[in-house]
Amino acid sequence: MTPTIPMADLVAGGLLPLAAINFHTLFFLLFAAIACGAAVAVVAADNVVRMALFLVLSLAATAGLFFLAGAEFVGAMQLMIYVGGTLVLLVFGVMLTAQAPFVTMKSAGGDRLLAGFVGVALLAMLVLAGLSVPAWRQPASGTVPEPTATPLGMALVGVRVDQPPAGQPVDAVRSGYLLPFEIVSVHLLVVLVGAAYLARAKRRKTPRAIEVAASVEPPEAVAEHAAIGRTRAAASVLTGEPS
Amino acid sequence: MVDFLTSTIGLSGWLAWTLAATVSAVLILNVIAGGALVFIWAERKVSARIQDRLGPTRTGGRFGWLQSLADGIKLLAKEDLMPEGADGMLFRLAPYVSFCASFCAFIALPFAFDVVGQRLNVAVFFVVAVLGLEVFGVILAGYASASKWSLFGAMREAAQVVSYEVPLGMCVVVPVMLAGSMDMVTIAEKQAGWFWNWYVFHDPFTFVIFWVYVTCAVASVNRAPFDLAEAESELVAGFHTEYSGLRWSYFFMAEYGSMFLVSAMAAVLFLGGWNGPIPVATLLGFSEGTGDTAPYLIRLLGLANLVGKASLGVIIMMWIRWTLPRLRIDQVMTTCLKYCTPIAAVMFAGAMLWQIGLPGGLIPGAGRPGGEIREGWLEGPGGRAAAPPAADESRDVARVAP
Repeated sequence: MTPTIPMADLVAGGLLPLAAINFHTLFFLLFAAIACGAAVAVVAADNVVRMALFLVLSLAATAGLFFLAGAEFVGAMQLMIYVGGTLVLLVFGVMLTAQAPFVTMKSAGGDRLLAGFVGVALLAMLVLAGLSVPAWRQPASGTVPEPTATPLGMALVGVRVDQPPAGQPVDAVRSGYLLPFEIVSVHLLVVLVGAAYLARAKRRKTPRAIEVAASVEPPEAVAEHAAIGRTRAAASVLTGEPS
Repeated sequence: MVDFLTSTIGLSGWLAWTLAATVSAVLILNVIAGGALVFIWAERKVSARIQDRLGPTRTGGRFGWLQSLADGIKLLAKEDLMPEGADGMLFRLAPYVSFCASFCAFIALPFAFDVVGQRLNVAVFFVVAVLGLEVFGVILAGYASASKWSLFGAMREAAQVVSYEVPLGMCVVVPVMLAGSMDMVTIAEKQAGWFWNWYVFHDPFTFVIFWVYVTCAVASVNRAPFDLAEAESELVAGFHTEYSGLRWSYFFMAEYGSMFLVSAMAAVLFLGGWNGPIPVATLLGFSEGTGDTAPYLIRLLGLANLVGKASLGVIIMMWIRWTLPRLRIDQVMTTCLKYCTPIAAVMFAGAMLWQIGLPGGLIPGAGRPGGEIREGWLEGPGGRAAAPPAADESRDVARVAP
């Protein structure tokens, strides 16, 4: 991203200071500012959907930082998992909290003070820890190789193309992440099955309302009941309540 | 393009980057906005023909081809209303969130060989991830409108899109697996040649999974029969009940942009991308090396090919919309979880086994290009310069992969 040729044209000559800006740093600061500002806004906002919006903004700016660093796969992952996850969070947030339109949640002054204290302490610790790593205080050494997700995928199945041991062919190394990955997957599957079990519709053994209605009521009422039943069924899919 | 600007014209670095970015962004914006105009007109005509009507006939002379423009002017001039109880900031922001998500996904979409806003190594993944964000604008709109119809529509949309991302992801993984890359340019170039090189005809499993992809793609962009979020017959107009004027039209631009996007993605992943059913450029003897104009002609042909395929996809979506009745929400969920997901999973496993068992296809040596070579084989004068590590890596992949 650095200028490679001397200022050949007059336009650039007139706007020389612009060429002196390190655009990489500029974009880094921009994304970082968005991420931090939105993160503060999440805490400061008092409406659950606004919080979710700021959270998405913050996480998306973090993804932008990853893209800027050339880690495209991690950036796309960030978008897919965190931003997509926030979406589900938002839906649950709305469904669980929305007793009335636009509920606002105010926290007490003492809580804010305490949270602020804890937050500042945590931030101070992180900053100190970050500054105490000597390598992180040096300017980053320039060139990143062509970013590609292939080494990641190969490392997952146990082929570390980045670390071949001396004197051995590359695919003799089997220190992959496949086993941890599978363990996590099975764990998630168990959680999923458990959640489905907890949220299942508890079926009653009584005859359905529409059948009862059909046996005693005139046809107009049957149609009406059917309509209600459909609406309830549709609502139950959304809310998880037994119909 | 940056290389061209810096070396041929001699602009300085930052100016070249800015110009290149602006040109790409404006072109993509025009694809979405111009595409929306054309497709809305096409939708009117297609729906009219399916219902045995004529559709617009007068505006702009023959065929009513200026109808969309007239609609646009009407929308611009329309009063911009906001419900009294609405959450103003979110209500104003929501259409732009939807539109931006649709726009961002176009950045990684290649229109012809190397005609791409930003060639990403993980383009497929990026597009799927960003496309999922479009629903965020819809939820914001539904919530901020302070209307029960809007909220119903938004909640349905959230449930639907989150569910359909699962089978969609599984479908998308199959071409990625066959090509050995998530780079859309590479995936399309691997299908070069005649139409039997397309991944849809790669084996029976990919043929089935293509139709699963079509189903999931239609559902993920909320087109009928999956447009539960709008559902005029029950929810007035769903999530955009309270919107009017320009903001409403942003939602529509996002919708038509997404339709074009998933169609173009289907073309790239399954239908050979810019490689035509008949390799016209190859038959005419054009290649990257011959002459000054040949590369441009190849790209132009490829562009026409891809846009044609994507437009055909959009037209098919319209055909489906005006033919099938809308599903109920439980049927939508059943289609996704009980049919699409298991079918996609089985077909994924089948395609994988096929690739292990018959890596050369049914007829060995039938001209599937680059069977042995993986990522990085494209890197020539036109593409990015191949870095030595990338070349090593591709060799390793080729050796390890079945």
